[in-house]
Parts: sequence; C-alpha cells; structure tokens
Amino acid sequence: MTEVFEPVIIGFTCNWCSYRAADLAGIGRMKYPPNIRLIRLMCSGRLDPTFVLKALASGADGVMISGCHPGECHYLEQNYKAMRRYHLLKRMLTQMGVEPGRVKLVWASAAEGARLASEITKMVEEVRALGPLNWPTAGAAAALPEKPAALEVPA
Amino acid sequence: MTEKIGVYICHCGSNIAGTVDCPEVSRWAAEALKARGVVVARDYKFMCSSLGQELIEKDIKELGLTRVVVGACSPHLHEPTFRGACGRAGLNPYLCEMVSLREQVSWVHTDKAAATAKAKAVVSGGVERVIHHEPLESLRVPIHPATLIVGGGIAGIQAALEIADSGTPVYLVEREPSIGGHMAQFDKTFPTLDCSACILTPKMVTVGAHPNITMLTYAEVTNVDGFVGNFAVTIRQKPRYVKADLCNGCAVCEEKCPKKVVDEVFEAGLGYRKVIYRPFAQAVPKYPVIDRENCTFFLKGTCKACEKFCPTGAIDFEQKEEIITIQVGNIILATGFDLFDARRIPQFGLGRLPNVFSSLEFERLCNAAGPTNGRVVMRDGVTTPRAVGIVHCVGSRDKHYNNYCSSICCMQSLKFAHLVEERTGATVYNFYIDMRTPAKGYDEFYQRLLEEGVIFIRGRVAEVTDVPQRPEEEGRLVVQVEDTLIGQQRRIPLDMVILSAGLEPRHDAKQVAKMFGISCSADGWYIEKHPKLDPIATMTEGIYIAGVAQGPKDIPASVAQGAAAAARVMGRIQQKEIALEPVRASIDETRCSGCRICNNMCPFNAILYHADKAVSEVNPALCQGCGTCVAACPAGAISGTVFSDQQVLSQLEGLLLRNLQPATV
Repeated sequence: MTEVFEPVIIGFTCNWCSYRAADLAGIGRMKYPPNIRLIRLMCSGRLDPTFVLKALASGADGVMISGCHPGECHYLEQNYKAMRRYHLLKRMLTQMGVEPGRVKLVWASAAEGARLASEITKMVEEVRALGPLNWPTAGAAAALPEKPAALEVPA
Repeated sequence: MTEKIGVYICHCGSNIAGTVDCPEVSRWAAEALKARGVVVARDYKFMCSSLGQELIEKDIKELGLTRVVVGACSPHLHEPTFRGACGRAGLNPYLCEMVSLREQVSWVHTDKAAATAKAKAVVSGGVERVIHHEPLESLRVPIHPATLIVGGGIAGIQAALEIADSGTPVYLVEREPSIGGHMAQFDKTFPTLDCSACILTPKMVTVGAHPNITMLTYAEVTNVDGFVGNFAVTIRQKPRYVKADLCNGCAVCEEKCPKKVVDEVFEAGLGYRKVIYRPFAQAVPKYPVIDRENCTFFLKGTCKACEKFCPTGAIDFEQKEEIITIQVGNIILATGFDLFDARRIPQFGLGRLPNVFSSLEFERLCNAAGPTNGRVVMRDGVTTPRAVGIVHCVGSRDKHYNNYCSSICCMQSLKFAHLVEERTGATVYNFYIDMRTPAKGYDEFYQRLLEEGVIFIRGRVAEVTDVPQRPEEEGRLVVQVEDTLIGQQRRIPLDMVILSAGLEPRHDAKQVAKMFGISCSADGWYIEKHPKLDPIATMTEGIYIAGVAQGPKDIPASVAQGAAAAARVMGRIQQKEIALEPVRASIDETRCSGCRICNNMCPFNAILYHADKAVSEVNPALCQGCGTCVAACPAGAISGTVFSDQQVLSQLEGLLLRNLQPATV
C-alpha cells in the first residue's frame, strides 16, 4: 500500500492579523491539517523573498504567506510591499520550474480564523496533489553565501 | 560558544496534553536537541502559574541558562509572563522565546501522533531561533500630558471630565456644532425613565466650563502623525460664520432667520431647523452655526438677516476654516454609532407608509423639545393613535443585514411601549424575538410593562402594510406576524408602527480607523486589544476606544468605558514615560550605499537620509519595527532586532528539523 504523501508547508504570518487569525482558529477549535508550520513576523512586509526560497530549498513543499488585508496593515501600507514582492517572486519561481501552486498569498484579518483554517486545508490538498518538491540541490542551496566584509566607499 | 538552553513544555491542563504528548516532547527536546545547546527540558501542568515560572527561574539561577524556550499557549497571552520570569532570575527578558503549542497545534489538530510530531518541530524551531536572540532593553519614550478625545457623546464626555479633573489638559473634538451625541436626542432613558437631557446637560455644561478642556466643536481630525506619547494631530475647524468671542448665545439670529430646512441630523428628519442654528436649545457651546449650503446669502448674496439683528456683531460671513495642529500623548476614540437605515427593509414601509417611524424619529416625537412638543401623534401631527406596534430587532440578528444583537433595542422598545401607553392610552403591541433585559433594573422594567398591559407577541414581523384584507383593516396599518407562542399567523391592525432599528458603526468608521492606525472588525466596530480583558485598548499603543464605537452597548456601559479609557490614559500620564518593545530596525552605515530605496518604504517617515555621508539612518523613536526596510535593502545593510534574518532563517531550519543529526528524527 503506498503511503500518502504528507506535504510540509511553511506559513509566514504577521503578528497583528494573520497570526491572531491562527490563534482565533485555535480558540474556536477549528481544525486544519497539521502539515503547516507557522513562523511569526511582525509584518508581511518583513518577508524577504529569500525566506520563501530558503524554505523551499530546505525541504518545504509549499509556502503560505499571510498578512493583513490591503488597507488594514497595522503598519499602514507594508502589506502592499509584500504583495508586490509576492507577484515578482511567483514569476521568478515559475521560471525556475517551481509550480505556482506551491506559494500562495492569503490575506486574513484577526477576525478571520475560520477563513484561515479553510485556506490552510485547501492549500495542503493542493500541494499534496502537486507532490513533493524535491528541490534538486537541497542542502547545498540552502546555505546562503556569507555576507562580504564592508567595502571602503571611495571619497 | 553554545548557549545553555532550557525548554519548558506546558500541559495547560489537558488543553495541550490532551492532544500533544508533552512528556514525550520534553524528553525528545532534551535528547535530540542536546547538541544544539538544550541542557534541560521540563514539562509541567501550568507553566504560567507561579510554580511553573519558578521552575524557569530556578533553572536559570542553578544551571546558568542563557536562553529559554517555552512551548505553551499563544505568545500574545503569556510572552510577558515568561519574559518577566526570566527578568526576575537575572536573564534578559528578550532571551526568552515562546512558541504556540496550543492555539496552533493542540487545539487545531486531532491526530495525536501528527500533533506531537508538529509540536517537536515547533519547539525545534524555537530553539534554533532563540540561539540568535540578543539581550535588549525596552525603549522608554516620554508621554505628553495632553489627551485628545474624538467624539463628544456621553462616552467622550465622561472620559474628558475624568482626565480633566485629574489635572491634565484635554482636547475634545466633535464634528457636530454641539457636544452631546445621540443621548441628547432621546427623551427618557431606561430603566429609570430619567429625562435624557436632564442627566446629560449638566455634564455638557461642566465640559464647556472646565478649565482643562478645550472643546473643538464643528471640527474634524484630518491627520495623525507620531506614536504613543507623542502624537501630532491636525484638526480642521469648519467655519461657523459666527465669532465665538463676540457671540453671547442670545439666539436672536435663529429667531430672525427666514429660511427653514429639514433637520436630518438632530430631528432625524422629523422636524425643521433654521439655516443659522444651534442643534438644540441646550447646545454646548452655545454659538450657532450657519449651514452654508442652504444659506440665502451664500447662495444668492441676499438676506443677511442674522447679521442685521445680531446685537454684538458676531456674524462673520468671511470666516475661513482653520487648520489647527495639537500635540497630545494619548487619544481616545468615542465616535459612537449610526442608526440602521430601516428603509433597507422595504417590507416594513419606512419612508413609504407615513405612520411608520424609526426609533430616533420616535424619540424626537416623544421629546418635549421636539417637533410635536412631546405629543405622541401620527404623521399628520394631530391624530392620537389608538393602537401602536413596536417592532424589535429591525436590521439586527438578521444575516441579511447585521447578524449581531444591537443590545439596547429591547429595553428601548419597552421604554417606547411605556411612553406610548402613558401619553396616549393606546393599545401597545411589542413584536419581539427574545426579551433581552440583562442589567440592573432591566428585567424589573419588563415585568412592569407586563403589568401595564402591553401585549407581547413573540415572532418576526413579516411585513407592515396598508393593504386591507378585512373591513377592520381599512385605512389602518396592518402588521403581519407569526405568533410563535400560539403557532398562528396574525394580522394586527394598528395606527402607528415604530421600528426599533439596530445600531451600526459610523459610515466612515473605516476611514477614521485607518487615520488613527487601528482596525475595524468584520461588522465595522473598532477592534479592541482583547474582547474580554481589554475592551478599551487597541493594538496601537496610545489609541483607546470607548462607547458604542467599540460595539453596541447602553449608556451605563458607555460611561464605564469612557471612564476606563480615561483611567488607562491617566495611568500613562502619571508614569510620564512608557516602555516600548525594542523591535526596531537599524542601518549599518558601512554597508549602506545610499540607494535610498528604504526611505520611501517607511510609512512612519522613520528613515532619514544624510546627504553629506550618503547613507540612511533609522530614527529608533519613530520606527515601529515592521521590518519592511530590512527585507527591502539590496545590500542587506538593515537589520531588525527580534526578527533578524538569522533568527527567522534559523527558525525555518528548526521547523524543518534540518538542525538534527540525521539519526535522531
């Protein structure tokens, strides 16, 4: 009997809205699959696209990015910056051969626990259908290059 | 150098332990993460209890722990608790990391094996992350002693009086020409049947005369800059066309003004006002306002009757709007509500059938200073009704309109029933779903109405119609309702129907919230920091909410919230400074190339550019710690405390269990 593939999804949530939405889902005892593991950031604008790449390169099969709805960011407009980065990142990932369904942006306000739970459930199934990512050079690609020592700025 | 990490897994009674095998997670952490620096791992029933915290404190002192990871409920609940425990034991509080095993694991998953495996991964992520934590000190910022209160209704008035009485200055901004809010429109208040104006106006007068309160009426906030302790607020003072320093409140101008318009605001469209007007006789401040859009002088260049008759020469048609900027340390939003527009429910006939009234219209009808001097009469202004129906829950408890209960309408409907009976002797029907009379004296009021002979019919009204089906319905209104207690449809002929419409957030609540940097819930009310334990604070430090703006409630609850918000503000002012979370960005000058991409990223204008050195710099007082600039910098020159790249990436490694020796997964 073949084992069911259990995808691992990393979720980046913002402290004010989506992390609280996840908390609300918990308080409401709403159920979603355990395949997602959440990382808390202060804001979706903090999300460096490198984080998404590192997650996929380190063994995650999918990444969910979540933040406050546009217009409701706790820091006013930073989720718009997250949105811009996400669209460019998606294009880049597609060019690298990563299926677009593996990285998803979901806005969730602090009141939308049920919605976040259902989005997570949906995404787990979508990534399960895509199968494991098997990033070809997992391990070697995961280490980011060392930052160069500071350069002298010519006067 | 390896850190010495202590891992603490909370059972939270059975909340976590019921799904996650806590002793197993603790045992695993001690073993599998030993190479990562974990020197001790414990599990305990209630980590947040004093005994639980003492476990951590003891280990820090005896084992020389340099880092602590607690796996328990949400950090939003107990992060301060565990940081406090570390602080007491001599470990910098920011060297403690809390991970959620409850809201995000045990409460949302059913498969125990999978939940336990995930719990291990989450703890592993926490351990990897905490290694890269640095000791930090909270930022202390001074609190400006002045307070801004937006909204001059009963909640705002209460807050203003309490803060002003404590000796610090208050600015009270109100967009209408007078303070008082909706409470000034009511006739009597439940359950005491106190005259609303009689209990409100003394407070209004005290506000107007208070040396510590600066009232800015007929004014609106247009911009808010800064942060807690240090807000710069821009206010647009609309022109009254009356000079306040000359006006003595004699109201001759109002008397002599030849033009009347329908008063849509205070009289709820039921009565008239003059073009130069005070909203009501006891208005505070007493200075009238010229309604520019309807004024004959502004429209056609003629009249000026007010100017001719004014004894002090206070009319000034040249008056311009003024832009005022004030500095305050804290802000309370008490902006109140709008009434649900019952015309959205066409089958109830408001606006179409003349003798259907909304609750605010009926308040004005009852009010002795209203358009009928308090006589309860039909729309013709003359006829006394013989039978009156009052419909509860109009636009509330209804998924087609607002799903929530508006809290006050049952009591209001009972009050209406009493007033109608008392003034007209009419037969009164209340059409209700449930009778919600929870507070002091409320149920006794209901029992009194039962004894007064009001007829209560339990059922949702299907429609209010003037189309008769039987002779006794000719020329009258008919309410069609299912009387659920007898299980039959009924048609009740009436002369007047009052719709107890629900409360809704102000039509511009979302824009106001955005301006102050807070959010609204799905229903549109301002979101409080915690619905049970902190209903008057918001997620934004320095901004508080009070009254119906936070959610439907009655007058005593609004007053209590106004006082609560005032107490919170007074506490801050008394402390003179506040400790802010040291989540901040900083720029490494040696790496910055001066590309200035970060400058425009910051919505708080916290990043300055030094043209002489061609580098940017973050102002830690203005920085709110969102981290967008950290992610944006192409040179990686900006780092953020508490959410640095290294911390996030390490947590990622830990979550994916890539930090373990291959054999121990």
